[in-house]
This record gives sequence, C-alpha cells and structure tokens, in this order.
Amino acid sequence: MTQAEHSHAGHHEMPFWRKYIFSTDHKVIGLQYGITATFFLLFGFLLMILMRWQLAYPGVEIPLIGKALTETGALTPELYNALGAMHGTIMIFLGVVPMGVGAFGNYLVPLQVGAQDMAFPKLNMMSYWVYFVGGVVMMSSFLMPGGAAASGWTSYPPLSVTAPNAQSVWLLAMVFLITSSLLGSVNTIVTAIQLRAKGLSFMRWPIHVWAQVATAFLLLLAFPPLEGAAVLQLSDRVFGSSFFLPSGLYIDGAKSTAAGGGNPLLWQHLFWFLAHPEVYVLILPAVGVISEIISTFARKPLYGYKTMVYSIIFLGFMSFIVWAHHMFMTGMGVTLSSFFQATTMIISIPSVIILTTLLLTLWGASIRFTVPMLFSLAFLPMFAIGGLTGLPLGLTASDIHLHDTYYVIGHFHYVVAPGTLFALMAGVYFWYPKITGRYMNEFLGKVHFWVSFVAINCVFMPMFLMGSKGVSRRLYDQTGYSHGAATQSWNVVMSTAAFVLLLAQIPFLYNMFTSWKTGKKVENDNPWGATTLEWAASSPPPHENFPTPVEVYREPYSYSPSSRKVSPQFSQQEA
Amino acid sequence: MASEHMTIEEVKKHTRVYWVVFASLLLLTVVTVGISYIHLPFTYAVILALVVASTKASLVALYFMHLISEKAVIYFTLALTGIFFVFLMFIPVMFPWLNKVS
Amino acid sequence: MSVVIPYVDKPHPVTGVTNAKLGVWLFLASEVMLFGALFSALITLRLGVNDWPHGYDRLNVPLATLNTVVLIFSSVTVVMSWAALKMNNLKQFKTYMSLTLLMSVIFLVVKAIEYNSKFSHVPPITPATSNFYAIYFVITGLHGLHIIGGIIVNAYLLGPGSRMWKTEPERFTGRIECAGLYWHFVDLVWIFLFPILYLL
Repeated sequence: MTQAEHSHAGHHEMPFWRKYIFSTDHKVIGLQYGITATFFLLFGFLLMILMRWQLAYPGVEIPLIGKALTETGALTPELYNALGAMHGTIMIFLGVVPMGVGAFGNYLVPLQVGAQDMAFPKLNMMSYWVYFVGGVVMMSSFLMPGGAAASGWTSYPPLSVTAPNAQSVWLLAMVFLITSSLLGSVNTIVTAIQLRAKGLSFMRWPIHVWAQVATAFLLLLAFPPLEGAAVLQLSDRVFGSSFFLPSGLYIDGAKSTAAGGGNPLLWQHLFWFLAHPEVYVLILPAVGVISEIISTFARKPLYGYKTMVYSIIFLGFMSFIVWAHHMFMTGMGVTLSSFFQATTMIISIPSVIILTTLLLTLWGASIRFTVPMLFSLAFLPMFAIGGLTGLPLGLTASDIHLHDTYYVIGHFHYVVAPGTLFALMAGVYFWYPKITGRYMNEFLGKVHFWVSFVAINCVFMPMFLMGSKGVSRRLYDQTGYSHGAATQSWNVVMSTAAFVLLLAQIPFLYNMFTSWKTGKKVENDNPWGATTLEWAASSPPPHENFPTPVEVYREPYSYSPSSRKVSPQFSQQEA
Repeated sequence: MASEHMTIEEVKKHTRVYWVVFASLLLLTVVTVGISYIHLPFTYAVILALVVASTKASLVALYFMHLISEKAVIYFTLALTGIFFVFLMFIPVMFPWLNKVS
Repeated sequence: MSVVIPYVDKPHPVTGVTNAKLGVWLFLASEVMLFGALFSALITLRLGVNDWPHGYDRLNVPLATLNTVVLIFSSVTVVMSWAALKMNNLKQFKTYMSLTLLMSVIFLVVKAIEYNSKFSHVPPITPATSNFYAIYFVITGLHGLHIIGGIIVNAYLLGPGSRMWKTEPERFTGRIECAGLYWHFVDLVWIFLFPILYLL
C-alpha cells in the first residue's frame, strides 16, 4: 500500500512492525534470533536447575515452586525425564544453534563480506519466523497430556514411538526448525560466495565467514536425513507404521499390535547421521568468533590462516563419516566399530590443529585483557578439555566403560558450555559496540567472567570422575546403586555451582540490556582496532550497511608484529 | 550457458534436444516396465532397474536441468552432495545381515 | 536508502551464476539428502525381512507408468516454457506452463486414485498394514507434497508472478529457470521411485 511501498523511495518511513517485527534487514533478524535464543538458553538452564536440585537432594521438595510442579513438590522420575529431554532439545536446537548461526551468522556474514544484506532478505525473515513457530510448537510440548516429550533429545524408538502425544509435537517442531535451518544455510552460502566486496577473494575471508559457510554446508546436507527420520517416526506414531518397531515387541507386558519388521537401529543411524555433524555446527561458529577476537586483542596476525581454513574444511567433511561412534554399544561388529574408531581419531586432528593455531597466535603477543579476550582465552583450555575427553569415548575399548555415563555429559558440556557459550558471550561483548555504538560495562563483564568460569568448572569437572566410577546418565536418583551412592555428595557441590552459574548470568543480562542506553559511547567505528570489514561500517551500521561500497586491499588480521600497527582489510593505506 | 544471452537460433537448437530427450525417456520407461515383466532374479532386476533409472535421471539432469554446461560452483556443490549421499547409502550395509564379520 | 542486492538478474562475473540459481541448486542438494535418507531406510527395511513383497504384485503398475509418462512430459513442458521466454514469447510460455500445471494435477489425481484403491480395500490397506505399504505411502506421500509445492509455485509464476515479465524480463526468466530446476528434481525423484517401489 502506501507507506510500506514508498519507503524504499525516500527515507525509511516503515511502520514499526515492518521495521522491527517483520524486517528483512539481516541485522534486525540477527538480533531477533539473538534475543529469542537468549530466552531459550535461559529457559533450558532453568530446566536443568530443577534437575540439579533433584540430583543433589533426591526426593526433596523444590523450594518455592515445587508444589506448582508436582503433588509432593519433588520431581517425579517421569518429570525428570521430560525435563532432561527438553533441556537437551531446547539448548541445542532453540538455543545454541540459533545463537551461533542465526544471530552471529546473520548479523556478521553480510557485513564481513561487504554486502548490503543477505542474498535473499525475505527468505531470511522467513527463516527466523519459522524458527519462532518451531520454538512455540516445541514449548507447547509441556502442555500436552502425558507431559512433555521425555524420550531424550535423541528420541530413540521404541520408547519414542510408544510415548504420549508430546513426542509427536517434538517431531513436528523439529520439522519446522530443520526447515528454518535449511533456509538460513542457503542464504549464508549464497551471500558469502556471491556478494563479496571488490578484492575479497576466498582466501581473504575472515575465519568467521569460513566457519559459517562450513556450518551452513553441514546444516544443508546433514539435517535432511533427520527430517526424513522424523517423518518416519511421525508415521509410526500417527499412522501406525513399524519403521522402527521390531517384530515380537512387547509394550507394558502386552504384545504389540503393530505389523513389526522395523528396526530401532535405523532411527539411530539416521539420527546420528545428522547429530554428529550437528555438534560441529555447535562448535564451528564459536571457533570463528574466537579467531576474530584473539587476533584483535593479541595484536597479531592469526597464526596459520590457511592451515585453519583447510582444517575447518577437513573437519566439516570428516564429520559426515564418524556418526556411529555414538552407537558403539549397539552390538556392532569389530570391523564396523574399527572403521568409525579410525575416522573418529582422524577427525580429532583438525580440531587439535585449530586449537594449536589459536594458541600459537598468542605466542609473543601483546595481549589486551578485555572481557571478550578473557572469555576467548578461557575457551582454549576449556575446548581442549572437552576435546581430549572425547578421545576415550571415540576409542571403542574405553567407550565400553564410559558410554552413557556422566563422563559423556562432562565431555560434551565442556565443549558446548565453557566452549561454545563462552565464545558466543565473548562475541557479544566484542561486537556490542558495533551493533549499538556503545561499550558494555567492563567491571560487570569481569564479574560475569570470573564467577562463570569458576562455577562452570565446578559443575562439569567432577562429572568425568563420576562417570569413570560408573554412574549412568539420565538417572533420576543414583543412590540406588552403590557406586552412585558413593559419589552422591558430589552432586551437592555441582548443583550449588550450577545455581551460582545461573546467578552469574544476571550481571551479563543486565549489562546487555542496559548498556544499549547507558554504556560508554565508542570513540570511532573501529574501537578495538580490528581488521575485518564490519569495522568499516558505522556503529551501528545503517540499513544498507555500506552507503559507499567498501573495497578490500589485503587479507584479514594484518597486524605488523613488531609495531602492533594495524592495517584493516578496508583501508588502502598500509600502517 | 543456460541463463546467459542466447540467440533465438541457439534456443531453438536446445528445444530440439529437449524433444529428443523426451523421446528417449519414453523409450527407457517402456524398457524398464518391460524388463519388470520378465521377473529376473532379484539382484539382476535391481541392477538393471537402477541402470535404466540412472540413465533417465542423467538425461533429465544434463539436458533439462542444463547440467551439461553449468558452472564450477554448481558442480562442486553436487559433487559434495554426491559423496555424502554415498555415505548415507552405507547405512543399510551396517546392519548384521550384511555385516557378518564379528 | 534502500538495499541493493547484485546478481539477481545478471550472473556473477566469477561464479557465472545468479544468486537464485546457486540458491536453488543448494536447496536441491538438501532434497537429495532428504530422499536419500528415505531410500536408505527403504533398503534397510527391505533387507531386514525375508518376505518383502514384489512391487508389481501389490501396486498398480499401469497407473504408475501413466504417471511416469505424465511427469516426464511435464518436465519437457516446463523447460519449453523457459525456452519460450528466452525467445521472448510470453504467450508460448503461458501455454507450456499451463500444460505443466495440467500434467501436475493429472499426476495428483492418478495418485489419489491409487491411494483410494488401497484405502477402500477390504480390509483397508494403510501404512499400518506392513512396512512395504508404509514406506510406499510415506515416500510417495512426501513426493506428492513436493508436487503440490511445485504446483503452488508454478501457478503463482503463471498468474500474478508473470507481471514481472513486463518490468524485469531477465529476472522473471531466471525465476522460471529456477522453478523448472525444482520441477525437474521432483521428476528425477519419481524416476527412481517408480522402478524401486513398483517394479522390483
């Protein structure tokens, strides 16, 4: 009609709902993803806080809100399972990936390649809203009769096929979320390849862009098999097929009336075919963010740019042929497990190379210990611990003992929580001045960092030992086992630390939402003295990012080692 | 080639190819249905069916989808997809009935 | 100032493709993995039991053969509709695109007849009957959903979408090419589905 159509002709007179709600501007969409994902991350965290109470004080009524949840006020085993399944699902699919890919990817990739927006702005808007709808559908699982989805984030049949209604809601939500991902990844790849500024060859892409493009390919090609599997499981549940139901199945003591002939392992293969690349989707954007921040505050070129790029590509490729290391205990023969053990060992190589190049960047560096740098420095040993503890899991002999124990929980949480989430938090502190034109408060940031860092290690480090002692994961009450009872007291420490970790996020959230208006203003458009293209735009960037087209004159991270002088990609003069 | 500027003559040449491909596809359809009436042993039936289907698919891909004259970036995407598709096809092999080595 | 996205109607000088062309191929790549997963599942299920029936014993081969011919023909008509635009002939574009839509609808009608003959069987044959029928219904059903998607897109491009020919003919031709690529892919999937489900 009138205002909306004419908006492009003159000034931006778009109504509020077109400018901020149904926007096609990648920056607005990125922020939408960021805010929504932050909500889901917090919600998922709160679910875990409830579970950690139960773990520390089994059967004890939860203070304040217990009676609202159950009759006795304590978690029931069924509710515990549901919270566990939803915690995993929400954190991964509604939290970390939308934050890493939807928020950071959307906001930064067009800016970092010198484009005015993503290649398909309307598709971008759609991908956010499909994610939003998927999130609403997923959350509605809590309202279903029979309780929320409770078959793990892994939804293994036959349990998931025979579970109450909420599981179907879970599957439907996954279809929305996968669709959103697919739309987003097409946009990222086309934008990064086609809309590059003059002079931006592939080997001049910031590492963050390489990471996001690799992630986009993983999402594009690995998610569809899960979508297929979700359709098959929905068919089993809704149409009564037996894709995943074997013959001769007994359910609650009665013989199943399903036709049978299916195979639960088929689900596992199709699920993990996605879910393994998915974990690289979780880590790669974080690696991209860290690379940007470390070189900026080390005032040094990134060590081994090409090595880093080839490692990212190799990692992405290998991620497609390791999936059955999640299935070592399903009765597979030695030939098969040896194959996946070998590929799993091989894939650890690019991970180590990436970590090493980041570490070597620090060698001889003049480090500025800003808040983003603190989080980035912490990322390195945290990711190292996460990665190293993956090795005994990838080796079949030790996996026999460690599979499905707390050791696994410790391993993957180290990579995602003090790994990816710390990296993304670093990214928030780092790019906040670009997004808003103001710094976040340094003191609050340091409080956030130090308390989080200590607390998060107290939560997850004991899990390695607990798991080695044989305590299984997904246990409502481990005191029923002697080895569980022996380590029960550790749960009190871990749960207390988890609560402290929750409290430590308050200064961060307060900081994030108030610095917008009251933070110290930046002195110029490139306050950190960084080198990539987004720092050529104003802070915040205008709708079209670069009113005059930006040109690239050199590779990123061009800090002269001795004089620490910086030559950004976009400035013609070399410093 | 496909979306670049072509003269009307060049487009007409392409359209002639389309109809030839169409005729070939019809013929191959007759062939594949005909073979199915012979009820060959399963393995041979599968191999033949897949060979014919792949031929038909290649004709559609190369000529209708213009893949015979596409750009490197498209070929790269498809090659990558093809490799991962092969990995996906290994899943049936991982079940005990074909993987009897223990 | 409004946002300007380059390479919408002209191809990128280095990659040689428009944004939409690259985008559609990437999307098709993901679709290959989707249907690939279902084929993988089919093979797994089939090898897992001894009594998997032959498609020609259970399903309507003549109807499916008709559908195969219909879909292949629709692939020709959709690429001809694109060729018509390259030859600046809007009328011919509309004729061929209408034919494509007609063929698509015929395909769905035949499919509906096939499904109905199973549902109205005594006892009704549904996905619950056996995994043979389950995978048949799910794969052809998902394929059918893709056909419906294509009908919506093609109908839009034939109807209101064709107004773009007057203002941005190159961009519109590019859109038809991309819609055609999607349609050929749907045809491609059927080319494999047909023998695997019906003839083996």
